Amino acid sequence: MLGRSANGVFWMFRYLERAENCARLLDTGFRMALTSDSITAEQEWSSVLETAGMTQSYLEKNGTFTGMQVWNYILREKDNPNSIRSLIGQVRTNARAVRNVITAELWLAVNESYLQINELLSRPVTQANLGDAIAAVKREATLVRGAMDGSMLRNDIYNFGRIGSFLERADNTARILDVKYYVLLPSLSYVGSSLDNVQWETILRSLGAERAYRWLNAGNMDARGIADFLILDGRFPRSLAFCYSKIRTNLGNLALQYGEELHAHELMRKADMRLNDADIEAIFEQGLHEFLSDFIADNFEIGRAVETEYRFSE
Amino acid sequence: MSRDRDPTFDEMHGADGSIRNAYAGYSNWFEEQDPQALRRKHREAENFFRRTGITFNVYGQDEAEERLIPFDPVPRIITAQEWRRLSKGIEQRVRAINAFLHDLYHRQEIVRSGRVPEWLLRDNAAFLPNMCGFTPPGGIYTHITGIDLVRTGPDDFHVLEDNARTPSGVSYMLENRETMMAMFPELFTRVKVAPVSNYPRRLARSLAACAPPAFDGKGKPAIAVLTPGIYNSAYYEHSFLADQMGAELVEAGDLRVIDGRVQMRTTRGYKPLDVIYRRVDDDFLDPLTFNPESMLGVPGIMDVYRSGGITIANAPGTGISDDKALYSFMPEIVEFYTGEKPLLPNVETWRCMEPDALKYVLDNIEELVVKEVHGSGGYGMLIGPTASKREIAKFVQKLKANPQNYIAQPTLSLSTVPILAKKGLSPRHVDLRPFVLMSPNGIDITPGGLTRVALKQGSLGVNSSQGGGTKDSWVLEE
Repeated sequence: MLGRSANGVFWMFRYLERAENCARLLDTGFRMALTSDSITAEQEWSSVLETAGMTQSYLEKNGTFTGMQVWNYILREKDNPNSIRSLIGQVRTNARAVRNVITAELWLAVNESYLQINELLSRPVTQANLGDAIAAVKREATLVRGAMDGSMLRNDIYNFGRIGSFLERADNTARILDVKYYVLLPSLSYVGSSLDNVQWETILRSLGAERAYRWLNAGNMDARGIADFLILDGRFPRSLAFCYSKIRTNLGNLALQYGEELHAHELMRKADMRLNDADIEAIFEQGLHEFLSDFIADNFEIGRAVETEYRFSE
Repeated sequence: MSRDRDPTFDEMHGADGSIRNAYAGYSNWFEEQDPQALRRKHREAENFFRRTGITFNVYGQDEAEERLIPFDPVPRIITAQEWRRLSKGIEQRVRAINAFLHDLYHRQEIVRSGRVPEWLLRDNAAFLPNMCGFTPPGGIYTHITGIDLVRTGPDDFHVLEDNARTPSGVSYMLENRETMMAMFPELFTRVKVAPVSNYPRRLARSLAACAPPAFDGKGKPAIAVLTPGIYNSAYYEHSFLADQMGAELVEAGDLRVIDGRVQMRTTRGYKPLDVIYRRVDDDFLDPLTFNPESMLGVPGIMDVYRSGGITIANAPGTGISDDKALYSFMPEIVEFYTGEKPLLPNVETWRCMEPDALKYVLDNIEELVVKEVHGSGGYGMLIGPTASKREIAKFVQKLKANPQNYIAQPTLSLSTVPILAKKGLSPRHVDLRPFVLMSPNGIDITPGGLTRVALKQGSLGVNSSQGGGTKDSWVLEE
């Protein structure tokens, strides 16, 4: 396949994943703000922007962190390259560029969702239809993944798409944890509130993990358990361990199809080993923030190696 | 042009209201349909086009916008007998064009014989000196041609334009048929229509038959569609054809000349290509040859081409045959190369560079269609009968300033075919663009083609840029 097509499929899925993650963040922020007083709500919205990495660009245009301003900035601001509207547009542009290597079903799932979301985001989003917009983005992600799963050949094209998805997802999980890492530090978890620490719930909810976590732990919440779950539990589809087991498989498939391993495989093996060797005690000992920073840097390097070694561009 | 009281020929209804032969089966079916249900299906079809992204891009002042070409659900129907006659004429014309191009880039016998004046070629930007003395693989210049036909009576078809540069619209021919079959499956069990869906396979086969000398003969030649990119107005068609042919869809940035071959950058390194179906203009093929200022194109591709390393379809320099001044010489060209009278007549054409013709055109401009010699897509033309006094005055100034840039033709009374309008069937003017493939194995014409229809009552503007739509085009099976 063309390097440019690999690039298109890879980024199509990265942007899709990013858009979905953004929608989850918004969803969480909205719930938290609803149940807070106005000062806490402002802090909540500011924290959503911080987690999404948009605080600086937001403040260039806005003075305060009012809910409607924040969610419209994240949802539909044209000048924000990571707004959901921009991301969904990028997903479609990339899908269009690789239309001849993806199935009609996959293209249709992208295009239909794009048309629907674009329509929902054509006017400022009010509190009344914020839920619809968020649901539509999550639905697109689900639809597109489903169309991919049900219709695409398991060849290089598929594997590049999957690698894009899971690199982005791992990055996202690591970043959310990193922004909130102090909440999970044992020394700072205040006594007596462990059952209903709102911040923990924010983290879990942003990653769609609250139900899975409760279910596995019979409702017992504790900081260490949450970090352990999101980093090392290979059963949870947004954990770092899960993402890496997928990327390892997909990179392995590429090596099989192409008959050679590249530097990206080497990097992947090392990163995977670090993750496998770690337990949560060691991670906290090393420092959660340091661990996550290293992870994000490794993740970036793997992505870059894939892009250069498979000749995404000249 | 004779002007009877009602000169318009309707392809479905005779002057007495009777149903013409070609439409008998369709008309029976149509009478049984619930008009409401038809309209609903029509809306569904448009919705389907939007959802599947069968669009063309329009460039406004700000950003590109994707639009749908309106689709009308009443088919345009041609009988097997009419088609046989038409396709003979089309084949003759395409053979002549290909022979003309070969002659033009070699001995120019037709100029020596005085049938075509030398000035026509001398200052023509579409004439490529680099092609002189070179014969493309298989001797084929016009791998894909679209011949625009108009009809004025039961047996009167005329060629309005030849499109050998980069004819587009074939994806609409295919999608329109798919849509019709999805909307009205039972109709196709009642009326037997010649299939078109194998066009991409025929195209792939035809291109493969033109592999260059450098092709090693192992397996199949590697074919790619070369597109300017996703912002090109016909991008949908480019990706559609690549997909349907199982070919790569490449941009110039994916290609590079390595070891005397044109190679594409794959995830596993550079791989040579054998045939490029290019949907870019000559100017954007090779910056080294055509446009040193340009960053676009594949530097050195023309050297590879001339040394037999790649086939480019259509051949560079083919666009000159679309020239509207040259068009006026087509009857001579057909006769010169085939030794036969043209089976399909031209539309009468005045070349404004000739003083007598210019005078005639200026005196009768209200009744004429005036076109730019190098224009296409309905841009830069004046339709006398529908233009305002001001538009005419403005156009006359341009025409007088630059008469060699224009030709004029009578306003033809194009045939009509009904469309499904709000109040039922209503006649609208149409044209027809059949698509013709050529390879050393022969000429292959897909039955039918693309019917474009002017959606406004009385309008002759069938181009999408003038509010035209499309119809499924049927050739009946015997």
